[in-house]
Amino acid sequence: MGSINFITLFVVIPLGTAFLMSLVGRFASRRYVSILSVLSCASLLFVSFWALQFLNKTAGNILVYKIGGWMPPFGICFVVDSLTSFMLVLVNTVAFFVCVYSVSYVKKNDDAPKFFTLFFMMLTGINGVVITGDLFNLYVFLEAASIASYALVAFNSEAEELEASFKYTIIGCVASGFILLGIAFLYSYTSTLNMADMSSILATKSSGFVLPFVATLFITGFGLKAALVPFHAWLPDAHSSAPASISAMLSGVLIKTLGIYAMLRILFNIFGIIPVYLSLFMFLGVLSLLVSGVLALSQWNLKRLLAYSSIGQVGYIILGIGIGTPLGILGALFHLFQHSISKSLLFLTSGSIDRAANTLDIRHMSGLKEKMPLTAGANLAGSMSVSGIPPFGGFFSKLIIIVACVQKGFYIYALAAILGSVFTLIAMLKVQKFIFSEETKKEHKDIKKVPFLMQFSMVCLAFICLFAGLLLLPSTRIFFTNAAGVLLGGLNYGHLVLEAAAK
Amino acid sequence: MILYLLCLILFCIGLYGILRKRNLVKIIIGFSIMSYALNLFLVLLGYKFHGRAPIGASDQNIANMVDPLPQALVHTSIVIGLGMTALLIAIAIRIYEKYGTFDITKINKLKG
Amino acid sequence: MSSKTNTGMSLIVKTVTRIVVSVILVFGIYIVAHGHVALGGGFAGGIIIALSFVLLILAFGRNVAVNKISVTLAANLETIGALMFLGIALLGFLKGAFFTNILSKGVPFKLFSAGTISLSNYAISLKVGIGLFSIYLAFVILERYKQGK
Repeated sequence: MGSINFITLFVVIPLGTAFLMSLVGRFASRRYVSILSVLSCASLLFVSFWALQFLNKTAGNILVYKIGGWMPPFGICFVVDSLTSFMLVLVNTVAFFVCVYSVSYVKKNDDAPKFFTLFFMMLTGINGVVITGDLFNLYVFLEAASIASYALVAFNSEAEELEASFKYTIIGCVASGFILLGIAFLYSYTSTLNMADMSSILATKSSGFVLPFVATLFITGFGLKAALVPFHAWLPDAHSSAPASISAMLSGVLIKTLGIYAMLRILFNIFGIIPVYLSLFMFLGVLSLLVSGVLALSQWNLKRLLAYSSIGQVGYIILGIGIGTPLGILGALFHLFQHSISKSLLFLTSGSIDRAANTLDIRHMSGLKEKMPLTAGANLAGSMSVSGIPPFGGFFSKLIIIVACVQKGFYIYALAAILGSVFTLIAMLKVQKFIFSEETKKEHKDIKKVPFLMQFSMVCLAFICLFAGLLLLPSTRIFFTNAAGVLLGGLNYGHLVLEAAAK
Repeated sequence: MILYLLCLILFCIGLYGILRKRNLVKIIIGFSIMSYALNLFLVLLGYKFHGRAPIGASDQNIANMVDPLPQALVHTSIVIGLGMTALLIAIAIRIYEKYGTFDITKINKLKG
Repeated sequence: MSSKTNTGMSLIVKTVTRIVVSVILVFGIYIVAHGHVALGGGFAGGIIIALSFVLLILAFGRNVAVNKISVTLAANLETIGALMFLGIALLGFLKGAFFTNILSKGVPFKLFSAGTISLSNYAISLKVGIGLFSIYLAFVILERYKQGK
């Protein structure tokens, strides 16, 4: 793997596994299906770390892979820069742990090949969205990931799952329609589809009102995918009815890559940094925080409460992006990393609670701490990280965002961010009190033990939550600062990519 | 110019169908109309005045062909729309089995 | 083929279908094979091939079509089509980059030209055609299952 060909492995490995799984699953037993899926997730994790260290050795920190050998304005290219490699490491880590968890979570034996086929199709789409350098290719991978996730939400075919999946599918289709309309307008305005070429053309061409119109279409479309506040109505239903490992993938990875990453790539690197959109982001972010904080307090269903708190944390990330200073964007990217890990952990623990207690209503559960100590500990770690208690990682990311707000003089926004954080803390403490402390009820005296693979993923994710604050030490902080630098570079992205492609 | 405006009006008609209709099947039809409007808009973008179809043949010249790239994009988009429609219809059939009705005001077990 | 049993449609439809189905299948294969020269290609030709089997289901009932292509054979063929496409893309690695052309380009406008484009057409037509037939078969089986309950 000395040459640059390993970049295509991010798309080839999950796609090949998905196709092989539907063939293998019909002839082989369940054990081979599990081995194949864990093996491909582990190899994806290895390739993403390899890409990270290969990128740090390259001059200019950018790698461009031309598909078929065609030069970029005529062909599709894959671009790996610091932001891309950061997202790839995050996505593949979470996907590996969720895959290990699903091996024992999927209940019926003949459902497992279908589940893993759809799971790897979704992973292909997510990896493809992060890696690609061409705008229509981004739309195709976005649709592949979205359609796989619509099918996965309805996987167990109970009444609530089907209803939630229908709502999610229709709203997702409307979002994709807006995104395609925006891409059509951009293509007719610049007559090219390559992101780098488009950014260098848009830097010189003067725009009338095409650019604000297209930017509004993109903010609506990607905001629907990322569940910002006026567009959040599908998220509580979809994330609370899906099977637990799929909720973890959706809430931890899908809304961040398909929604936030794609929006940032287009609005920062293709359009340039425009102050109007930054203040729009700050307003939408604070609105998300407050609305979701209030709505999460009144929920009695465990997964619905976690889904509402997801909306708020996405608001935090968008608030941090909207501040626009290097410190603000660093805080937002670190919060993205932290929230993916903690929210996935919380959904995985809710899956094992569901399996043990057979209900998700927290009024009917109590005192599960004695019977399931590892799950209780992992849930405590995740909750403390989401609410922002030191020394967990969530504290540092929220602190950086609030300090960046105050530095720029937005005192009211900083106050609203602290208020949102207090609401999240109250909601998480409610979960802890009702489920884990107090006396064990009679019907919970003899619950089943959680299988080993599920415990393994939960404990690993809890360790990453605990020690994530250490990633802000100067030796590893460069990982996040480079990623923030790509976004702040704005229109420079086009020059860098076209230079690297010409070599 | 009139053609582009008519495409956008068709898109708004599809969007109205999704937002205001109460029957599940009518919502799916609204989504189909929206996707037809988008594909038509994308193909119309490549039109050149007095152009001809972008098919190479050994006896015709390459000049004044319409733009073939939006046609490739629409090809992909039609396939994606087919997959989405198949998934939506499958979910709608299973919802009818479980709830007994296609009316979305009666399909509301998930509240709050 | 059953013209004496009660499944399927009337006698006129069954007679016409017997004549027309093979023509539709050959037309579909023609569109796939000429994808790099004229209109069509993998997806359009694959849909037409699938429609010939769907016509069999509509006119004669489910059992006749399942005798031609059984459910497991359809599922396996679909996966083989997809793996063939991925294999063609990976073969491009032999010449440098992903998805590169590895066959000769030939004389323009002839049937055996344009490199790997025509191979990709065949792979896609297999996947799309059998895929659409499987979707239709899944709906028919679900209907049978609900009526049989």
